[in-house]
Amino acid sequence: MFDNLTEKFDTVFKKLRGRGRLSEENIKDALREVRLVLLEADVNFRVVKDFIAAVRDRALGQDVLKSLTPAQQVIKIVREELARLMGEGEANALDLAARPPVPVMLCGLQGAGKTTTCGKLALSLRRQKRNPLLVPADIYRPAAIEQLKTVGRQINVEVFDSQPGQDPVKICEAARAYAELNGFDTLILDTAGRLHIDSELMQELVRIRDSLEPREILFVADAMTGQDAVNVAESFNQVLDISGVILTKLDGDARGGAALSIRAVTGKPIKLVGMGEKLDALEVFHPDRMAQRILGMGDVLSLIEKA
Amino acid sequence: AKTQAGLVGRIDSLLSGRARVDDDLLEELEEVLITADLGMQTTRQLVDAVEERLGRSEAADPQLVRQVLKQEMISRLAAVDSPLDLEQARPMVIMVVGVNGVGKTTTIGKLARLWTSRGKKVVLGAGDTFRAAAAEQLAIWGERAGVDVIRHAEGADPGAVAFDAARAAVARKADILLLDTAGRLHTKANLMEELKKIRRILEREIPGAPHETLLVLDATTGQNALIQARLFKEAVEVNGLVLTKLDGTARGGIIVAIANDLGLPVRFVGIGEGADDLRPFDPEMFVRALFE
Ligand SMILES: Nc1nc2c(ncn2[C@@H]2O[C@H](COP(=O)(O)OP(=O)(O)OP(=O)(O)O)[C@@H](O)[C@H]2O)c(=O)[nH]1
Ligand SMILES: Nc1nc2c(ncn2[C@@H]2O[C@H](COP(=O)(O)OP(=O)(O)OP(=O)(O)O)[C@@H](O)[C@H]2O)c(=O)[nH]1
Ligand SMILES: [Mg+2]
Ligand SMILES: [Mg+2]
Repeated sequence: MFDNLTEKFDTVFKKLRGRGRLSEENIKDALREVRLVLLEADVNFRVVKDFIAAVRDRALGQDVLKSLTPAQQVIKIVREELARLMGEGEANALDLAARPPVPVMLCGLQGAGKTTTCGKLALSLRRQKRNPLLVPADIYRPAAIEQLKTVGRQINVEVFDSQPGQDPVKICEAARAYAELNGFDTLILDTAGRLHIDSELMQELVRIRDSLEPREILFVADAMTGQDAVNVAESFNQVLDISGVILTKLDGDARGGAALSIRAVTGKPIKLVGMGEKLDALEVFHPDRMAQRILGMGDVLSLIEKA
Repeated sequence: AKTQAGLVGRIDSLLSGRARVDDDLLEELEEVLITADLGMQTTRQLVDAVEERLGRSEAADPQLVRQVLKQEMISRLAAVDSPLDLEQARPMVIMVVGVNGVGKTTTIGKLARLWTSRGKKVVLGAGDTFRAAAAEQLAIWGERAGVDVIRHAEGADPGAVAFDAARAAVARKADILLLDTAGRLHTKANLMEELKKIRRILEREIPGAPHETLLVLDATTGQNALIQARLFKEAVEVNGLVLTKLDGTARGGIIVAIANDLGLPVRFVGIGEGADDLRPFDPEMFVRALFE
């Protein structure tokens, strides 16, 4: 797939090579290709539309660099603009500067990777000399609590003892009290997967938030998500005012256009990415790398970089 | 269907106040289809088909656009549509595969419930020995449906589970064996090899097995689902799909592309987390839900 897209951009290059300056006319083809590439990468079409308009505006106002063809220059702008939108140069570290125990809540659709990511986060915090407590607040999914307990055992992090049938808000509150008594400085709350249109379950998250006041509310999203990413992210953000995003399953070959969609509709930073099923497969997010990935054109870009 | 209203609304607003099918209309139509995750290629084909059948700058009635689109989509899905034949073997061995978190284990629970309620004897094999508490999860589903679950310890060889499950299905005179497998990305060669090995073990134990390899796809997934289908089909001869999470706002339009390119039928759709939230796939209903 990557080859195929690189080829596409090559074609644009060829078509536009040798034309002198950036005009409405000569960037049209390039922008049309960019649009296609973004849509194929699952960037939401509304987001694509705004993005293309922004690139067009910027391109038309710009002087032509001697070393680049117009198409190359458009693509350079596309890449820069994409990285900027993705949060290039902005802080995206977790903020845990609060009185311990500091609650961190993970939320998202079913199967996004919340429970696994809770484990990854706990491991990563432990390596930073923090002392996290894992809190299973998913009382719905069969064996969800057992899953988190197993994860906790694998990384040697304590998991708060909860039972299906308990109210998730009560579980979180009891876990906070337990953490205070036992010297845990971070609470990682694993909530059940839910649909953004399930208002009852969304309200449950609101109740957890209002009671625990998490320092971070992290929306966990699957990198393979399609056009619907905007609806889901927008809803979670509206209801919870999330503090950031964790993008999972980036170890596959999905182009990950959802990252741009989510970032565009929420304005919240992507803080971490999941790169595998193993519990050490959690990495910081690199806006520029993500931009390249969405464009699927690493080779072409490095050419431009040298130009 | 609640959410598909968005699509309908947009198509309606596209159609209102227009006298003919022009470039603008076709372009907007393209966007509408893309938003349903149909993908560029299929969207183009559909838009071309509309153009061809209705004529471009002719005085074609834009109201026809919806009808033609619907027909085009239904015919693509119907061309490959086929129900799962459970009578082809006994025990009928069904292996369930897919990427991480799409709903494999849940779907198996739902199928166990569906088929036991129709008087079939079902056995489940907990072939996911990797993910934390995967076997416990399946065991709970087994309990709900009242069926036996063959499981090994976490970290055990999934091939050994497949072997035991096949033996148990035969010994217990089961009608159907459903084998769960660990979620895996189609790009991980070693994990895809593992699936092939599981297949070979089933085949050795029960001639013709697995009689059905179901690939589970998440309706929320975008264009990557097409690649998933292609690579899983190549690796383990997938012959049917299950489309889960259609109770959300995602429309799962990528299956039109998959039907088109790979000829794979959707056997069932998942519409919730409960044991009864499974339906047979109906192309007309699926497409109607997109347009009404
Ligand atoms: N390849 C890959 N798999 C992942 C990653 N993160 C999670 N997974 C897998 O995705 C599947 C679902 O993960 P869970 O952690 O159970 O997801 P969840 O969001 O807690 O699911 P629910 O609680 O059911 O909503 C599991 O098979 C995980 O191993 C990742 O970064 N890469
Ligand atoms: N809303 C909704 N949720 C579903 C549906 N099917 C499954 N789920 C949920 O999706 C999540 C993942 O389901 P699983 O059955 O564990 O998925 P899996 O493919 O077995 O996951 P792994 O084994 O980790 O790869 C769970 O929270 C399920 O309850 C569905 O049709 N609709
Ligand atoms: Mg979970
Ligand atoms: Mg499973």
